[in-house]
Amino acid sequence: MFLVMDKIQIISIIASLLIFAAVVNLVRHRKLKTEYSLIWLTVSLIFIIFSFWRTGIEKLANLLGIAYAPSVLFIILLVGIVLILIEFSIIISKQSERIKVLIQEMALLKHEIDAKFEAHGQEKSEIEKEQHLSEGNQ
Amino acid sequence: MKYKVLIIIPAFNEEATIVNVLKGLQKECPDYDILVVNDASVDNTSLLARSIQHVSVVDLPVNLGIGGAVQTGLRYANRKNYDCAVQFDADGQHRAEDVSLLVELVLSGDWDVAIGSRFVGDSKIELENILRRFGIRIFEILSLLLIQKRIRDHTSGFRAFSKKAVSFIMKEYPVDYPEPEIVVLLARNKFRIKETFTQMYSRQGGVSSIPVYKGPYYMFKVMIAMTMACLRPREL
Repeated sequence: MFLVMDKIQIISIIASLLIFAAVVNLVRHRKLKTEYSLIWLTVSLIFIIFSFWRTGIEKLANLLGIAYAPSVLFIILLVGIVLILIEFSIIISKQSERIKVLIQEMALLKHEIDAKFEAHGQEKSEIEKEQHLSEGNQ
Repeated sequence: MKYKVLIIIPAFNEEATIVNVLKGLQKECPDYDILVVNDASVDNTSLLARSIQHVSVVDLPVNLGIGGAVQTGLRYANRKNYDCAVQFDADGQHRAEDVSLLVELVLSGDWDVAIGSRFVGDSKIELENILRRFGIRIFEILSLLLIQKRIRDHTSGFRAFSKKAVSFIMKEYPVDYPEPEIVVLLARNKFRIKETFTQMYSRQGGVSSIPVYKGPYYMFKVMIAMTMACLRPREL
């Protein structure tokens, strides 16, 4: 029993430290935005704490009526993953709405610019040439 | 030589105050250009700002948050080659008279960033809200640890940036609650930061961007962000 506990404890400690380090490193190199890293950091920190603090996990297991203490770690992990997934869904919803508005705005702007150029009697191809030029400059 | 200075005003639903703020700025700083970045307000902010002559208004099609709005202004300043860009709140908290104070610090060439602060100098203010005071104090201590620099008013949204600082921070600007993180990022990349006392009025309209229930999240996010900004590889 204790041997099994030790094994899973070592695995938990290593895994949670690795996740934590990976998230920190991603943020450091600007591959992950800080605001999106918060939930990862929180969950992995809780995981790290409970991996080390065995009496804590046993107390929590007693409280929840779980016979096999280490499985509390899995519950924590599961809750964490669900939270992260919900957050992802929220972010995706927000982004898809914003992208839609951006596309609409952009189309309307293009229409307005086209209309203005046409009013000045310029050919459309010239406008497009200018567009390509300015794109090249950027 | 005449310097080009831009005042950037991020505005989200500020119809109650925007006109007075713009008029005050035009009266006190007639030589500076003014740019209002309307962060997809749902009230008349944009219309009212446009009603005032010689004010440029940029309307963002989606709400980006304070950081995204300021960043838009910084990009504008960089594009149009301004020597100094000032961030100024639309809610009437800052005094137009103080703008030139910050601008002169930057244009003197001695400083890259000037922060208008409530908590330095002889006439400094004490915040009444104990939670806010505590939070700002924590930022002060954290920045002392991270960048060995005492910045007393980390959350101040009244700042002037040199051309070099603008081109640095406009590339990546945090979206929500950006102010303390930007300070750490700039200090870490050897920009010279000066805090100077500016008077601050209590807000004349609008609501705080940080309601009380968001306090703990705000503190947590900003502290992590400041630490991360300091862990990042140096870019300059």
